[in-house]
Amino acid sequence: MERANVDIRSLQIGFGGLKVLDNLNLHVDASEFLVLLGPSGCGKSTLLNAIAGLIDVRGGEIHIGGRDVTFAEPKDRGIAMVFQSYALYPRMTVRKNMSFGLQVAGTPQDEIGRRLAEAAQMLRLTDLLDRRPSELSGGQRQRVAIGRALVRHAGVYLFDEPLSNLDAQLRAELRVEIKRLHARLGATMIYVTHDQIEALTLADRIAVMQGGVIQQLDTPKTIYRAPVNRFVASFVGSPAMNFISGRIARDAEPTFVAGESRFSLNGYAFRGTPADAPAVLGIRPEHVEITASNDPSAVAARVEIVEPMGADSLIWCRLADGTAFSLRHDADAELRDGDTLAVRFPPNTLSLFDETSGQRL
Amino acid sequence: MTVVAQPWSAVRRRTRMTPARWGLYAFILITALYFLLPLYVMVVTSLKPMAEIRQGNLLALPISPSIDAWVKAWSSACTGLTCQGIRVGFFNSLRILVPSVMISILVGSLTGYALSLWRVRGANILFGAMMVVAFIPYQLFIYPLVRVFAFTGLGQSLATIVIIHTIFGLPTMTLLFRNYFASLPHELFKAARVDGAGFYQIYARIMMPMATPMIVVAVILQTTGIWNDFILGLVFAGRDNLPMTVQLNNIVNSTQGERAYNVDMAATLLTALLPLVVYFGSGRWFVRGIAAGAVKG
Repeated sequence: MERANVDIRSLQIGFGGLKVLDNLNLHVDASEFLVLLGPSGCGKSTLLNAIAGLIDVRGGEIHIGGRDVTFAEPKDRGIAMVFQSYALYPRMTVRKNMSFGLQVAGTPQDEIGRRLAEAAQMLRLTDLLDRRPSELSGGQRQRVAIGRALVRHAGVYLFDEPLSNLDAQLRAELRVEIKRLHARLGATMIYVTHDQIEALTLADRIAVMQGGVIQQLDTPKTIYRAPVNRFVASFVGSPAMNFISGRIARDAEPTFVAGESRFSLNGYAFRGTPADAPAVLGIRPEHVEITASNDPSAVAARVEIVEPMGADSLIWCRLADGTAFSLRHDADAELRDGDTLAVRFPPNTLSLFDETSGQRL
Repeated sequence: MTVVAQPWSAVRRRTRMTPARWGLYAFILITALYFLLPLYVMVVTSLKPMAEIRQGNLLALPISPSIDAWVKAWSSACTGLTCQGIRVGFFNSLRILVPSVMISILVGSLTGYALSLWRVRGANILFGAMMVVAFIPYQLFIYPLVRVFAFTGLGQSLATIVIIHTIFGLPTMTLLFRNYFASLPHELFKAARVDGAGFYQIYARIMMPMATPMIVVAVILQTTGIWNDFILGLVFAGRDNLPMTVQLNNIVNSTQGERAYNVDMAATLLTALLPLVVYFGSGRWFVRGIAAGAVKG
């Protein structure tokens, strides 16, 4: 199995007068697990379908494994694909479903048998080979769909929201299975999802998309810790990042001022020179620290609602000027509605965004 | 699914007869009689000898029932100059029916498949044109088509009538299969393309095996339609291949002397037998197919 890289150069895709993707560039390394993440309608599935050769391209080029496949048929691109609705052939058994593509390609019978056995064993499908799709559960169906892709020994595996039709528990199980599969095969995988947890858990790199544009392309850690704009910051992470409007003041040290509350920015890695201007401060709930009230960097907050979530609790607070924010805290802590807290926003965990453009400062 | 406990009164209410319900049953009964009475008259008349028929008791059961009229209608009634019964027409109709049904479904399903799943240039215009043509009365086409077939040298023949039925069946068959294939998940088609299957492979190995309900509906529609056809058969089949409906007309209209009502009735019933069998045999499928088409399409 050769592991192919994927190179997309100034890709343009449109339907009628609508431009879905415009001048999109993306490089996926061989053996990389890339996740395309974004809300519905952001163009991520369109991009995946274009890589698969299932929709027409208006401009630009797609290279897979160093070969220009912009106008090649899907079967000639060295790809395999897994669909959200499983898309199993309903009148064929699992065995036939998985071997159909190889049969069409004229692969010798013993080779088909060998690949089938290997994939079935890997996905624990051996006992199900003679069943029809209608006799399988949702999780089993999706495993068959993955198996159908695996037997192709493709250079690139494409996943189009493969877990969206499954319930939460199955989704978590199959997520691990896909991750294990990637570790074992070392194959190039491109995976489309709107679920940021899936993206964070699976990806080597995530491409966060909105409006047909890749907003940020980076490792899950960087995407999570240093989002490049407010969209990425708000789309990734659950519970969501807190946003507080205020302004940056350049005193002895840069400070963020929101009403009467002042947050030190000493230690925040500014991209440029901080200007004295309105800005939005972002902080993830788990980064808010509860501290002693005599801490010089402490800010007063009042507890409004406590949401126990099992391992920890989400605590909704308000600053003195009424701005709401949440923080994650040990579930054992005895906090009640109306309590007053001293909180600290560690500068190195913060994200600062320009108020108008939403870009990271 | 949730199970809702029903109070006893709700269960009881179902059997209570209200005036509205009496009215409903009366209506159903009258409607049934309206359709069944002619059938009854035909069946009893076909079993009566002429002597009994002459007495004029239309609704009376036969006193000495016999199947003589049926035998005569089948094997020796005169259709114009020849007197070999309606069986000639039966086998002619069968010869027209079988290839016509098979070819029209094959062509229609292929067209519907192409128009629903592949991006055919001008597909919508093509389909629209087909639908418009479907609403133009047959009669308008007859003379031009006669000229066309005369020009091609096919003239009046079995091949001609099969082609005619295929053409006239095309809009309905295309619509039926196009809507059905369009209702299937599109990802299935994409998966087959990624698997490397071509146009005909996807059609034959993925799509048609899934279309069983539609095929049954198509067979029923085409069988009854083609069997009941009169004018196309008369014009295009040629003298040696006249279908059963035309032969029936000849039997009924070419009687000399006393009109043999019993033979006419028997011949009519024989002609109606095949559509009747199809409806009774496939009613369940028919409803299922129509419903599937309605919900999904």
